[in-house]
Amino acid sequence: MPLLFYISSLIAILATIMVITRYSPVHALLYLVVSFLAIAVIFLSLGAPFAAALQVIIYAGAIMVLFLFVTMMINLGKQTALQEKEWLQLKVWIGPSLLTLLLLGEMIILLLQPQSASLSSAVVTPRQVSMSLYGEYVIAVELVGFLMMTGIVGAAHIGKHKKKNLHRFLQS
Amino acid sequence: MQHIWIVLGVLFVFLNIAAGLIWVERRLLALWQDRLGPNRAGPLGLFIVLADTLKLFFKEDWIPPFADKQVFVLAPAIVVASVLMGLAVIPFAPGIVVADLNVGLLFFLAMSSLGAYSIVLGGWASNNKYSLLGALRGASQMIAYEVFMGLSVMGVVMLSKSFNLTAIVEAQQHVWFVVTQPVGFIIFFIAGVAETHRLPFDIPEAESELIAGFHAEYSGMKFGMFFIGEYLGISLISAMTVTMFFGGWLGPGFLPPVVWFFLKTFAFIALFILLRASLPRPRYDQLLGYGWKILLPLVLVNLLVTGAIALWIRS
Amino acid sequence: MISHLRTMWLVFIHIFHKKVTIEYPEERAPLAARWRGRIVLTKDPDGGERCVGCYLCAAACPVDCIALQATEDEDGRRYPAFFRINFSRCIFCGYCEEACPTYAIQLIPDFEMGEYKRQDLVYEKEDLLIDSQGKYPGYNFYNVAGMDAGVKAKGKGSNEEEPVDIKSLLP
Repeated sequence: MPLLFYISSLIAILATIMVITRYSPVHALLYLVVSFLAIAVIFLSLGAPFAAALQVIIYAGAIMVLFLFVTMMINLGKQTALQEKEWLQLKVWIGPSLLTLLLLGEMIILLLQPQSASLSSAVVTPRQVSMSLYGEYVIAVELVGFLMMTGIVGAAHIGKHKKKNLHRFLQS
Repeated sequence: MQHIWIVLGVLFVFLNIAAGLIWVERRLLALWQDRLGPNRAGPLGLFIVLADTLKLFFKEDWIPPFADKQVFVLAPAIVVASVLMGLAVIPFAPGIVVADLNVGLLFFLAMSSLGAYSIVLGGWASNNKYSLLGALRGASQMIAYEVFMGLSVMGVVMLSKSFNLTAIVEAQQHVWFVVTQPVGFIIFFIAGVAETHRLPFDIPEAESELIAGFHAEYSGMKFGMFFIGEYLGISLISAMTVTMFFGGWLGPGFLPPVVWFFLKTFAFIALFILLRASLPRPRYDQLLGYGWKILLPLVLVNLLVTGAIALWIRS
Repeated sequence: MISHLRTMWLVFIHIFHKKVTIEYPEERAPLAARWRGRIVLTKDPDGGERCVGCYLCAAACPVDCIALQATEDEDGRRYPAFFRINFSRCIFCGYCEEACPTYAIQLIPDFEMGEYKRQDLVYEKEDLLIDSQGKYPGYNFYNVAGMDAGVKAKGKGSNEEEPVDIKSLLP
């Protein structure tokens, strides 16, 4: 499905540009969600439905909700939008975008090479994904598990209440 | 051509169920509170659905001047869209399914996790402190309970060896998964109640503390979308519970499979309403503590035991 | 967990309980005789108006919904020239009934006074006056009052002494 691929890639790129240029953080995050959803469709069109589903569940469904959660909590108002506007001046973004354009040019040259492989490949089933994860790459999975564990332990440590807050009448 | 008919049929049936639930819920709640409920408009009061819909259509659709307009309009659309997308993978009978994806279960989980955006964005865009509090509660509640929802059905996936919902139903030919996965069923149902933020887990809207929480500023048909989205969510969770734990369309042969499916689904919808009628709302921290400290270990143990038994049987 | 299930079961069996709803237009809730509903002006046993236009009800009314103007007939009997109650303001507190010295104004067990127009809730004297003695049958204020207003002559009432003859020196 090359057409699906191209449409969703276009959407992903446009949405990502919108993420960078939005002044309001929540709007930027919304475009990021759109970008993630477009990437999920790209995965689907490349024959990886499992990866697509996980992309939506984990990135779009959980992590971005947490991002939004934090953004809402710290209450970024109009001042932040103005600040963003000041930051987004020509001299700030011209350098990085030139470099990105160079990369884009390289990618186009690579894509125009005649031996480019066809897009449609075999569909990767969840079974194949799990077989390779828990067979070939089991050490990587274990290591990621350790990393996650440290994260959880760290969070539990930070979140632990050490001091008991007694009411002033109960403090002797 | 047949495919289009199925899509339209599912859309028609579920939107009507969602609208009809307005009446069903009021009548059932009334019965459980020794009242009669709406019984005036039309036969048995059934036209209350029509009256309510008309009322919602003709109410002023007010967007507060302090709201973030685009996001405010977007939020109610997300809830209905995500739930309707989730309905696409449910097999109602052999051959009657909109999209028989081989990652159907994951697709359902993905869509239900996208539903969290409606609450978060609706609450944030309203620019109202109660709405924002509701949105914050909704976000943390839905993220937390998505985890258990996903993990609780993994036992089913292990036993049926597939993410495809049709295959899951067919794996229950001999014994329903509620027998082999009782813990998974209970946790899935609890997570489903929290996911649709129905009472007793309605802390994002909590009328007594947050007025109406995330949809306090909504009126007219935008509120109607949240309203219908909630009922669609109930139908979706009930249908998923039936599909995964109660054998979907399977049942004795004297009734057609579709009828069996909808009978079971209605039983679960009634259970949702019974929960609303009988249980009080827990506190916000109690809900999250209950989730992370009890349900998460329980569901992991369930997963471990299921995996061990599955391996033991195979060897 | 068990207690939750028990609660759900106990709520569920309420489906078989008797319903408490009274289906109103077909079936009516019994109203007590002293129920405070629509306000009426009652009449004497002889058919005369009881109201003497003393303004006490208007003074007692906490929402000021009563308006009246007293006047006299040729016998010297006072009666209201107009008597107006705005039922869109009335709170049915019954203070007017308590204030009334002649038992004229009374609240009766009737509440079905819905109207489409607000103006229709303003009741004039013709609407208020009923051909009944209300809660106090047989009572006539002028029978026990000390004045002659065409009902009885002065000093002719029961338990009433003859008027003092101011021209006489006898005790």
